[in-house]
Amino acid sequence: MSTTIAAAGPSAYWYLTRSSGAVALVLLTLTLVLGVVDVRRWSTETWPRFVVDSLHRNVSLLALAFLGLHILTAVLDSFAPISLINAVIPFTGSYRPFWLGLGALSFDLMLAVIITSLLRRRMGHATWRAVHWLAYASWPIALLHGFGTGSDVKSTWMLAISISCLVAAIAAVLVRIAAGWPDQLARRSAALGGAGIFTLGLILWLPSGPLGKEWARRSGTPSSLLGHSTSHSSANSTEASR
Amino acid sequence: MSERLRLNPIACEAHGMCAELLPERISLDEWGYPILDERPLSPDLVSHAQRAAQACPTFALLVERERSRG
Repeated sequence: MSTTIAAAGPSAYWYLTRSSGAVALVLLTLTLVLGVVDVRRWSTETWPRFVVDSLHRNVSLLALAFLGLHILTAVLDSFAPISLINAVIPFTGSYRPFWLGLGALSFDLMLAVIITSLLRRRMGHATWRAVHWLAYASWPIALLHGFGTGSDVKSTWMLAISISCLVAAIAAVLVRIAAGWPDQLARRSAALGGAGIFTLGLILWLPSGPLGKEWARRSGTPSSLLGHSTSHSSANSTEASR
Repeated sequence: MSERLRLNPIACEAHGMCAELLPERISLDEWGYPILDERPLSPDLVSHAQRAAQACPTFALLVERERSRG
């Protein structure tokens, strides 16, 4: 019985949601880096400021398109029980609720950042800027979501992508913190400490977390979806009880 | 009817993108703040001027439409 379930396997949606998630991570990292390059007012003869600024905006909108695909395919797919509500309201789902919830939370923060950017003319520079800081919170939350729910976390190529994105984001944040140092020293120190604690925590957590044993079960995957070993034994026990 | 450039000098933070996008009418002083040529914009420059105004991070550059008086 368990073999027929396994043979049905994941749908094309399931593969699409995984790949679009990985692409979104790369694009969001690129958006973050371009945003820092933008705010540092970096430019050359061949890369004027308006090019960096437009790229920052357009890459962020491309990331939003991939996030739309990521969420839509996750909902459409019948392999994991994820509803549209789980994708928007954090921590409501039954499939890895905490880690999926981080994705929803990150998406909500990004929506706030994007909507205020589109309405920037109507809200004033200071308010827009305050909301735009949320982008720095949404990125690490999105990365944690990727580590917590990702089916490809352990594969070499996905690890390479995740680590490259982490290194790029940390470099960007350090460059941002260094800009105008030591102005607003308390805020900069807090940002530096936050980035340090996040990275250190990640390094300590990953080997025993998503890279460790039985992460699928520990992260809250419904038992009906777990692989052969567990479903096999439960199938056996039902056979036996008959 | 004609369009002219206007600057809100209080909002301007010398990002300088306007001068990149409309060098025909905007130059930068030694601190990076724009110096505008405020003569009416010729029709071929209006769309470029609007793009420069949209690119301004602090919305300090305006394209002002004024009716020609009789």
